[in-house]
Amino acid sequence: MIPALDRKLLRDLWRLRSMGLAIAVVVASGIALLVASLICFDSLETTRDRYYARHEFGDVFANAKRVPRWVAGSLDELPGVDRADTRVTAGVTLDVPGTSEPVNGRLISLPDSGRPVLNGVTLRSGRWPDPGRAEEAIVNERFAQGHGLELGDQVFAVINGRRQRLEIVGTALSPEYVYAIAGGDLLPDPTRFGVFWMARRHLATAFDMEGGFNDISLSLAEGAAPEPAIAELDRLLEPYGGLGAIPRAQQISHWYLQNEMTGLRGMALLMPMIFLGIAAFLLNVVLRRMVAVQREQIAVLKAIGYSNLRLGLHFTQWAVVVSVLGGILGIALGALMSAAMLNLYMEYFRFPDLIMRWSWGHILAALLACGAASVLGAAAAVKSVVRLPPAEAMRPAAPDTFRVSLLERLGLKRWLTQPLRMVLRNLSRRPARAAMSVIGIAFSASIMVLASAAMDSFEELMQLQFNVVQRQDVTVTFFEPEGRAAFYELASVPGVVEVEPLNGASARLRNGNRNRQVGIQALQPDARLQRVVGADYQPVRFDRTGLILSRKLADVLGVAPGDTLRVEALQGTRPERDMVVSATVDDLMGVSAYMEPAALRRFLSDSATMSGAALGIDPAARDSVYAALKGMPVVAGVALQHAMLESFETFVAENMNNTMAINLLFAMVIAFGVIYNTARISLSERSRELASMRVMGFTRAEIGVVLFGELAILTAAAIPVGLGLGYSMLAGMLAAYETELFRMPLVTEPGTFAWASAAVVVAMGLSAAVVRHKLNRLDLVEVLKTRE
Amino acid sequence: MNGNGSGANGGLAVSMRDVTKVYQMGEVEVHALRGVSVDLEVGGFLVLLGPSGSGKSTLLNILGGLDVPTSGQVLYRGQDLTRADEGELTRYRRRRVGFVFQFYNLIPSLNARENVELVTEISDDPLPAQEALDIVGLADRSSHFPSQMSGGEQQRVAIARAIAKRPDILLCDEPTGALDITTGIQVLEALERVNRDYGATTAIITHNAAIATIADRVVSLADGRISRQHVNETRAAASTIQW
Repeated sequence: MIPALDRKLLRDLWRLRSMGLAIAVVVASGIALLVASLICFDSLETTRDRYYARHEFGDVFANAKRVPRWVAGSLDELPGVDRADTRVTAGVTLDVPGTSEPVNGRLISLPDSGRPVLNGVTLRSGRWPDPGRAEEAIVNERFAQGHGLELGDQVFAVINGRRQRLEIVGTALSPEYVYAIAGGDLLPDPTRFGVFWMARRHLATAFDMEGGFNDISLSLAEGAAPEPAIAELDRLLEPYGGLGAIPRAQQISHWYLQNEMTGLRGMALLMPMIFLGIAAFLLNVVLRRMVAVQREQIAVLKAIGYSNLRLGLHFTQWAVVVSVLGGILGIALGALMSAAMLNLYMEYFRFPDLIMRWSWGHILAALLACGAASVLGAAAAVKSVVRLPPAEAMRPAAPDTFRVSLLERLGLKRWLTQPLRMVLRNLSRRPARAAMSVIGIAFSASIMVLASAAMDSFEELMQLQFNVVQRQDVTVTFFEPEGRAAFYELASVPGVVEVEPLNGASARLRNGNRNRQVGIQALQPDARLQRVVGADYQPVRFDRTGLILSRKLADVLGVAPGDTLRVEALQGTRPERDMVVSATVDDLMGVSAYMEPAALRRFLSDSATMSGAALGIDPAARDSVYAALKGMPVVAGVALQHAMLESFETFVAENMNNTMAINLLFAMVIAFGVIYNTARISLSERSRELASMRVMGFTRAEIGVVLFGELAILTAAAIPVGLGLGYSMLAGMLAAYETELFRMPLVTEPGTFAWASAAVVVAMGLSAAVVRHKLNRLDLVEVLKTRE
Repeated sequence: MNGNGSGANGGLAVSMRDVTKVYQMGEVEVHALRGVSVDLEVGGFLVLLGPSGSGKSTLLNILGGLDVPTSGQVLYRGQDLTRADEGELTRYRRRRVGFVFQFYNLIPSLNARENVELVTEISDDPLPAQEALDIVGLADRSSHFPSQMSGGEQQRVAIARAIAKRPDILLCDEPTGALDITTGIQVLEALERVNRDYGATTAIITHNAAIATIADRVVSLADGRISRQHVNETRAAASTIQW
């Protein structure tokens, strides 16, 4: 037997179902985002941690030029080290049949007997290479899929000037390449970067590493900090051309994964809060109106003897039911969304198996969030229920106090028609509610701006990087610094129209106990292709002696122009010197130090050397240039401008439409929820006066002005607020996402603003159409007969 | 209904002494009562007569524990209602008082029986809802919603709701104010019956002098003061009155 008051609740819920539903959908959107982010985060974390643990992913990584094998014995002795593994690795240029472009490859040795101690390789198909056969290799799964390579297919690697055949006998995954991206790329392109594992014996022979190694991984004992091991390892490797050890946190695949997970966690907090905040506001508005309409019913219930507590609970229940319904819907949606999101993640992050993690804690968190939103939303209404003195409520409410609106007082009165005056006075009578409506609608616009402008910024980064900073078509890196001969060799390739030498040296910059290993780039002051460009898009002028740092690098090292840094070269004779930071530059990709070429040569006491080159090529001769580069022994890597742009465009096409659609949907949910409820409340508050106006002879269109004029004004006010809010949110988000790998410039295309505004206007139109339908059905006589 | 004031059987249900009430309505201060003293005898039938604005609704609200006076004393069987807190007033209303309002004040989303159950569910020893509806002659309308009933029927549901808790005191604010004469008389007959058969002390406020003839005692209010009081030698039957 349901108590009568609860039956009233059920019928109130049914009567106000459209408003309740609009609010429930807002709640559902927020909860779906919360649940989906939480599930994704936990699933990725569990999947990652288990994968890392099971396959012994290293904690510290280092490369050196060539380390004799006997040094390996002392690696275990380093502080905190549990196990150590040594390998031979090399970056090579690959020639993949069917692909004219040179492809970057990484060759990694497998032990001649047994399996790797650290960074375990998971075989996905085929078999392990036969140590007796030099050409057998296994390849990372994504690369094989990207090129459609089958077992038994062949690719060619240029190893020490010799074109060597690699036969694919298996495909594999590795914790080192969960996110397989070539250094310097922004997005992983499965066709542009391949990882090959092959027998150590043959790889060592090919790279003159017999009796030695050049790649070290360490795993640390539980709870051991990486810093002492890194410091000792660097000292140990120094005589052998050590290039500086890095902790797992700086390992590139791990870094990208971590970065994504941090973003997920941020999303799990911020977006649901916006949605639930708006839902609380909507509940508040609807409930307050419900209390106003039911003023006399509340009085009667009090007169009959219902307590404040019971009545307060009665109205809170309405809010709780609405938001818990939304919450349950949101949990279901979130679970579906998380599956889709994880699928998308698995496109970019490769694990042998995905562990879907779903905890009751998530559901509890979601429901608690709903409960909090509903209690928050109901609070004000419940307060007014409690405050309502039963006797006073028996009388009709005193007429609301209206005042002449500000616009009218400013002297615009004579241009305002009566309906318009009614709109303005109504808005100015409840400024707090009008302001909240504006903020609610503004949030929907801001979500649109955020989604679309993040893409604008990313696009701007690509444009700036590839049209202003790196204007070359091809960037070539060498295995070893080369002299003028390499320059002429490149210049003589038919189709190469411009060659610009790139000088760089690996170095460690130290300020007290802060340090970073970076490349010091020497750029010609008159460089045309590869340039250093500041935030003003102008090439940076070089100082003769000083060091110019990426602003991000200066921040990381805690230095400003005028400060002195210790610079330790990690190549050649490994000189060390104090240098003054002469300027910082707001570059967008990577972190670098820049020097004038002669100054760098003096520092390294080296004659003219080239670590690579920037090439301008004739597009018609592209294929022949690529063929020539593939055959050049000095070339370790080739980065292609057009390939990077293409992978960016693919990424945009694959992800942006979905993201935009989802964001559009969410923004529309909010806009519709806010505007529709505002309109319905207005209609409810004004049905008497609107009916009176109809009786007096006003047309439907004329009374529509009173109702929809208010919506139009609120929406018009909300759009600029929303655009501004979206812009600030974007600025905050980009600042939070500023990393040593890239920084996105804050830009928004006018189209983004137009798009966001249009979405809000459409939502307003939809809400107005629904409410208009109700307005048209307004029963004049009935409305006038009832006592408000 | 026969005899002369036979409903009153001695003792006071409620006693009001020098009650004043001032309240704000919008931006206006209203002096609703200016020193009123009235007694309700147990089982009596009182009519409070007065034009609108005379303070009779305020008086009724104070009698019913819906409102507290600005000054003066109200005793219910010796308990001082002016000193009662919100919770005590709620319990007083819940256990002792039945209200009937001019505009019925039914809950529109509940049907007739459910409106009555609203009260029976929170009362200690209520009449069954169906029986209460039977008393007011609406046994066959119990599943109708307020919007499906005439004004007179709605008012009788309101009376059923008020009597279902077996109240000590039944307070009616213009119970016929919104009704035509025929339905008004039906409503008055229902009230008469409840007073007679269940002994509920009944007070009706009205501006309709004709109704005064069915009471034991008539108190006239004007401008917040008692202008006249008299006892009816004989009570007229509700069915005989005209207006």
